[in-house]
Amino acid sequence: MRVNVTVNGEPKQADDVWEGESLLFLLRERLGLPGSKNACEQGECGSCTVYLDNTPVCSCLVAAGQVQDREVRTVEGLADGDRLDPVQEAFVEAGAVQCGFCTPGLVVAAHDLLDRVPRPSDPEIREALAGNLCRCTGYEKILDAVRLAATRKADPESAAR
Amino acid sequence: MSLTPAELTSAVTGGIGSSPQRPDGNLKVRGEFAYASDLWHEDMIWGATLRSPHPYARILSIDLTEALRVPGVYAVLTHQDVPGQNRYGLEHKDQPVLAEDVVRYQGEPVALVGADHPETAQRAMKRIKVEYEVLKPVVDMETAVDDTPLHPGGNLVRHVPVRRGDQHATAEVVVTGRYEVGMQDQAFLGPESGLAVPAEDGGVDLYIATQWLHVDQGQVATALGLPLEKVRLTLSGVGGAFGGREDLSMQVHACLLALHTGKPTKMVYNREESFYGHVHRHPAVLYYEHGADRTGKLVYVKARIHLDGGAYASSTSAVVANAATLGVGPYDVDNVTVDCWGVYTNNPPCGAMRGFGAVQAGFAYESQMDKLAEALGLDPVDVRIVNAMSEGSVMPTGQVVDSAAPVAQLLKLVRDKPMPPLSTTVDLRDLPGGVSNTTHGEGVVRGVGYAVGIKNICFSEGYDDYSTARVRLQVINGEPAALAHTAAAEVGQGLVTIMQQIVRTELSVERVTILPMDTSIGNGGSTSASRQTYVTGGAVKAACAAVREKLAKLAGGRDPADLDLAGLLGDEVIDETVEWRHRATEPIDPETGQGNAHVQYGFAAHRAVVDVDVELGLVKVVELDCAQDVGKALNPQAVLGQIQGGSAQGLGLAVMEEIQVEGGKVRNPSFTDYLIPTVLDMPPMSIDVLELADPNAPYGVRGVGEPPTISSTPAIVAAIRAATGLALTRVPVRPEHITGT
Repeated sequence: MRVNVTVNGEPKQADDVWEGESLLFLLRERLGLPGSKNACEQGECGSCTVYLDNTPVCSCLVAAGQVQDREVRTVEGLADGDRLDPVQEAFVEAGAVQCGFCTPGLVVAAHDLLDRVPRPSDPEIREALAGNLCRCTGYEKILDAVRLAATRKADPESAAR
Repeated sequence: MSLTPAELTSAVTGGIGSSPQRPDGNLKVRGEFAYASDLWHEDMIWGATLRSPHPYARILSIDLTEALRVPGVYAVLTHQDVPGQNRYGLEHKDQPVLAEDVVRYQGEPVALVGADHPETAQRAMKRIKVEYEVLKPVVDMETAVDDTPLHPGGNLVRHVPVRRGDQHATAEVVVTGRYEVGMQDQAFLGPESGLAVPAEDGGVDLYIATQWLHVDQGQVATALGLPLEKVRLTLSGVGGAFGGREDLSMQVHACLLALHTGKPTKMVYNREESFYGHVHRHPAVLYYEHGADRTGKLVYVKARIHLDGGAYASSTSAVVANAATLGVGPYDVDNVTVDCWGVYTNNPPCGAMRGFGAVQAGFAYESQMDKLAEALGLDPVDVRIVNAMSEGSVMPTGQVVDSAAPVAQLLKLVRDKPMPPLSTTVDLRDLPGGVSNTTHGEGVVRGVGYAVGIKNICFSEGYDDYSTARVRLQVINGEPAALAHTAAAEVGQGLVTIMQQIVRTELSVERVTILPMDTSIGNGGSTSASRQTYVTGGAVKAACAAVREKLAKLAGGRDPADLDLAGLLGDEVIDETVEWRHRATEPIDPETGQGNAHVQYGFAAHRAVVDVDVELGLVKVVELDCAQDVGKALNPQAVLGQIQGGSAQGLGLAVMEEIQVEGGKVRNPSFTDYLIPTVLDMPPMSIDVLELADPNAPYGVRGVGEPPTISSTPAIVAAIRAATGLALTRVPVRPEHITGT
């Protein structure tokens, strides 16, 4: 089948999509956007998290055909050119990135959290990120990163530095 | 996206002792870092692996006819298509690339399919007809040696005895115990994957996620029947490793398909296949007897340790040696009798995982120390401190510990930390069971536990353990710039950052580029045994020293430090490659286990505070604190990251992580059923990092990655015991172990 979808603001078209393909496969293998990750492909790890019409979803659990005429925003669509999103910047600075395989999903999940709750408490951060597995960091520095990003976003002065 | 990884440079720079940003950090947060599973090549095909459904069976026939008829299929291969030697293995060549007449574990590769789409490959695979005669599997590690031999030499992979002092010593107080450790999985998030590209010279270029490029290269070349120079490996982005990428997975398979079809071939495991596609942590049964005097001073320790190596040896031999030589823990004991056996069974193959034999022993000896404290009415930390080894102590192997061993200090540090307060309000998120709303505090009991552990750093037993580094220095755009190249695998730990820091410090340049890691340079050794900062760091430091010598010649008697580096270099390009070795070790005596087997020892201690819902058996780890000596923190942020991540994996083994195997079959090969800690499971950590330099190591470093994984598990279990009063002799502790239901 043919799928038409807007990805990171650009219209995209993919042909010969097999009906069993996931949005994750569509993005990674057909649209050249491998940033969303294939860690479990069963909705348990959150590594493939993308926005679908502004709602974060596990793209491995969405059939490619379901995104027809809809908007997808992936981790590749968060930065403004060379300027990282504050969440991305904070992940690098805080040491929240080791192997980085969970990072795209966590960055999208944290980005969504801070859009909804600008100054989340620690329990709120933990609850929001509970669907994203990380095997390297023990999560401490991911929490640091989200706190840092929240501060930066709330106080753009410190973001400009 | 190019197949060759990007060269890495950093905007935020810094030398050793600082925490500059990772040079791959921006790429990773942007989703632009090329992992092995992200690779793409024009005209590439997809490989898939048909695996045995049986733990032990004879293959009577394989019929490929129907599979080959599926449109879009390019090749279906069996062992008959392996052109070289159909045997590989890290320490024993006992594992077939593709099974011949027998399969020895569920999930063993039997055939390969290459097709135009992953789904085509799956459909073709289902049309391969394999006729099996199912055999009774050998599944009990304690009796395997006397059971049906699974390999020509029988089922004993290795027995290591350690004998020290009086073998018939007696003591006033004796505690005994039998302990079990379940099979843990590395559960790295980036699945096994790679892309093999056939080359015009008849060879192959393999882009791969691995822990050790050169040992892969050797094994792949042998299986393909090609000379080494025709098998070239480049490290693609690696999504974690933790030991699970030491052995081959799809390396040979992808190359076979690529060479057979003439097409670039990509293979990517899904999570279920990943559970079958790599080795796991050895499950263990451990029998211990500790004898002590009334003050708690240990008189003797006796241990019998059984490790289940599964169907193929992998690194079982080295794991056995670790469990045996580190089997009494970081304690002074004059009289030691340890036997450790690693055996073949028809369970999943087991090999390297973070902690490597020291984890299994650590759970048992620390449980014993608590039991001893209880028998004597002593404080569990005091009884450890009474016996704590220190610099100058003699290991059960006779090896003298010749650098810092601050065991007592680490224990005191975690003991003296302030306790987390008891929760005064009912916030479900702070309670066992969380927002499942299983308790509002009723039935919840707090417990505190302690543990300390020991790990050998670098490769042991006389292994020629080295790394190769090349450093180039030249002026680029008027500015001195350095480039560093090794084959040492960056798997997420931050070696690329450390290499840059070392070059900046040694050569006083800001701009340092890290070249992609590949086999065009000499061996970098394995990214395991907590060794890369030590060994490849040492090699980079030595290569910088060689560059400095050339600089000194250019300076002609003047001190290069006084000169403008760019001016001194001019058009010169200084390019030095160095092989660097740590000090040699010795094999251990096969009868007594005596010998200077290890390079360096690392130590960490934990205190765990837990809340247990004793009615439902649910555990909430409230705080997990750690103290560790790292010799010298080359990158303090990365050191903390290792301690936090290692502790989290220990928490997983304590309360949730186990590959459940029944009759040789894996019951839970998914992240739905194999649980790893989430951000809700992992508590805050307070961490003390000691920097007691090891005079034998570059910058005084001591390997960091593994020690925290050892003491985390027993500390948490000790805390659960303290809360419940239960013996809890098996990890992971399950709810039913607590409720008795």
